[in-house]
Amino acid sequence: MKIAIPVDEQNLKSNVCPSFGRAPHLLFHNTVTKETYYLDNSAVASQGGAGIRVAQVIADHGVRALITPRCGENAEEVLRKSEVLIYKSIPGTAQQNIDAFVAEQLILLSDFHPGFHGHEK
Amino acid sequence: MKSKGVRIAILSGKGGTGKTLVSVNLASIAGKSVYIDCDVEEPNGHLFFKPENIREELIAVKIPVINEDLCNGCRKCVDFCKFNALAFIKNKPYVFEEVCHSCGGCMMLCPEKAIREQEKAIGKVQEGVSGGVRVHTGIMNAGEASGIPIIKNLLSKSVLNKAIPVFVDCPPGSACIVMESIKDADYCILVAEPTVFGVHNLSMVYELLRLFKKPHGVVLNKCLDGENPAESFCVENNVPILGRIPFDNDLGSLNSNAKIAIRESERYKVLFSSLLETVMKEVRHETTINP
Amino acid sequence: MKQLLILSGKGGTGKTTIASAFIKLSGAKIYADCDIDAPNLHLVMAQNIEPKRTGYFGMPKAEIAIDKCIECGLCKENCRFDAISNENGFMVDPYACEGCGVCEAFCPVDAVSLKPAIAGELMLYADDNNVFSTAQLKMGSGTSGKLVTEVKKQMRTMASPDAKLAIIDGSPGIGCPVIASLSGVDMVLIVAEPSISGISDMERIIKTAETFRTKIGVCINKYDTNTANTEKIEEFCKEKGLPFTGRIPFDPEAVATINKGQTIVDVDCPAGAAVIEVFSSTMKLLSEESDGAEA
Repeated sequence: MKIAIPVDEQNLKSNVCPSFGRAPHLLFHNTVTKETYYLDNSAVASQGGAGIRVAQVIADHGVRALITPRCGENAEEVLRKSEVLIYKSIPGTAQQNIDAFVAEQLILLSDFHPGFHGHEK
Repeated sequence: MKSKGVRIAILSGKGGTGKTLVSVNLASIAGKSVYIDCDVEEPNGHLFFKPENIREELIAVKIPVINEDLCNGCRKCVDFCKFNALAFIKNKPYVFEEVCHSCGGCMMLCPEKAIREQEKAIGKVQEGVSGGVRVHTGIMNAGEASGIPIIKNLLSKSVLNKAIPVFVDCPPGSACIVMESIKDADYCILVAEPTVFGVHNLSMVYELLRLFKKPHGVVLNKCLDGENPAESFCVENNVPILGRIPFDNDLGSLNSNAKIAIRESERYKVLFSSLLETVMKEVRHETTINP
Repeated sequence: MKQLLILSGKGGTGKTTIASAFIKLSGAKIYADCDIDAPNLHLVMAQNIEPKRTGYFGMPKAEIAIDKCIECGLCKENCRFDAISNENGFMVDPYACEGCGVCEAFCPVDAVSLKPAIAGELMLYADDNNVFSTAQLKMGSGTSGKLVTEVKKQMRTMASPDAKLAIIDGSPGIGCPVIASLSGVDMVLIVAEPSISGISDMERIIKTAETFRTKIGVCINKYDTNTANTEKIEEFCKEKGLPFTGRIPFDPEAVATINKGQTIVDVDCPAGAAVIEVFSSTMKLLSEESDGAEA
């Protein structure tokens, strides 16, 4: 299945980006074919609603699971309604997170912060 | 002289310099006047006036509502929205109200006319009376991003067309809400305190007034002995000094207990009476040379 | 790195005075001024170096190409923000324009386009020792929340990985810039003033801060200007279960010190002595573990 991770750089050794809505890049990985591709995050320059926009992109790419350290309420709503599961990332690289996901070691994210409309961390 | 009352805005740049002190007392000493509190995030004037016969009006902005039966899933609305307030989920557009800026674009552009608008309250305005002063207060709900629609409503009241002076108590700073508050002001009073912080922020809001070519003057508040950086600023920039309010524990005390100084103390009655006279003279002078 | 934000609701209560004292007392090397409308922290935290300046782009603004304009008025008719006038040909008021793009969408001859617009300037003072992030919003601008986010991001990006504490001086009010400064901080210290206005404003800022579920502490500045109200505030804190971290007296010497560009702990004065206690209680609160705390 396809999973997505917000990343600071376009490679598997990149750290997971602490911000979801304003991550510079998005990593998409197919756990079956092991293919990985990246997209620049167009929401980075958004004044507000960045999380909503990224969630839209993720849903549009047919992602089934998102791995992120945090996620806003608005983005969570878009993802939940689009049937994308949200997992809490572990400190480390994107590759480490992918491995942890495949090994079923990640837990679901349960704490969603209020919408920031342009003001998130 | 215009039949409409003169509109005077009181602002400061820095918070806590005494805008409310000056606006509340000027409005009171003027006898019959209108006081408008545009500091909708933290309105304080009403605490002093304790207005009676309060009437309230909710202020709302328009938020789009999608009619799913008419929607054909073209995504035009989602793609158009510059504020990311719309998302396309499972073939339907979905609205995020708190990010929406009420521009109406999605509704106007929908080819199927599937979007209508609904009102969402962002705050309220209250009207009451305190002695001869008509008190208008704007109050923004916590969590809202912008109080501009509330300020727009406050400044469009029909009572402003009567021949009584209007005192507009502005928010601190010099951002868009301040600009909105000084629109259509005939004259602006800058309240300054004798600190470096105060002067730094005063100079910014002074630039704003120059940009909008608003006639203005300064009231020096909390004056102590010794050098006053705000006074130096005025002298250097040829800004008229309308009056000086000395730093005074009694005034501080009255103020901190939300008492209107001119109603409690003869000394302040005299001070603000004189200040009002000076202000009105300046206003008349300005409107004569710039009708 | 723990982040402490200092807010007040009401303006002029002493945020910057206290923030600067805290920075000196903690030896914190990382700090920011999020009062981007009227920044003051740099006046006390004297900087010897030139800052790195970056233009901040807010919402784009619409511009009308007069040579293409056929004066149909559709832009003005559909603008919700009264940003278009036609006194001398059709023109957009950049201060009122919110960058929504409706005028651009409606123009039949493509005479209107959204152009990037500078809404402020970010400043970064960074040397081997300190990182000080601040910004100035261009007057009349909106969208200040995003600039605050940029100030914090700039601070965090430049902070060294082993920095333990960052102190953030906030802005008055409860709107956009305050909400932006609140996100992601570990604790908010609210500086209250014992006046009726101050209490009213304090209650509103507490309400706003509570939605972020961060730790909140309250202290009172200029407490002796009204001891009855000071007690009211302390009662309020007790009732709401909000930790009270201390009181600072009104001190004319403190004003004079700040005017000279020094913090109140750089000299011997009553306010300085009191702020040391407040600092100590606040730091204790900040370092207490809370449930589910994220890194």
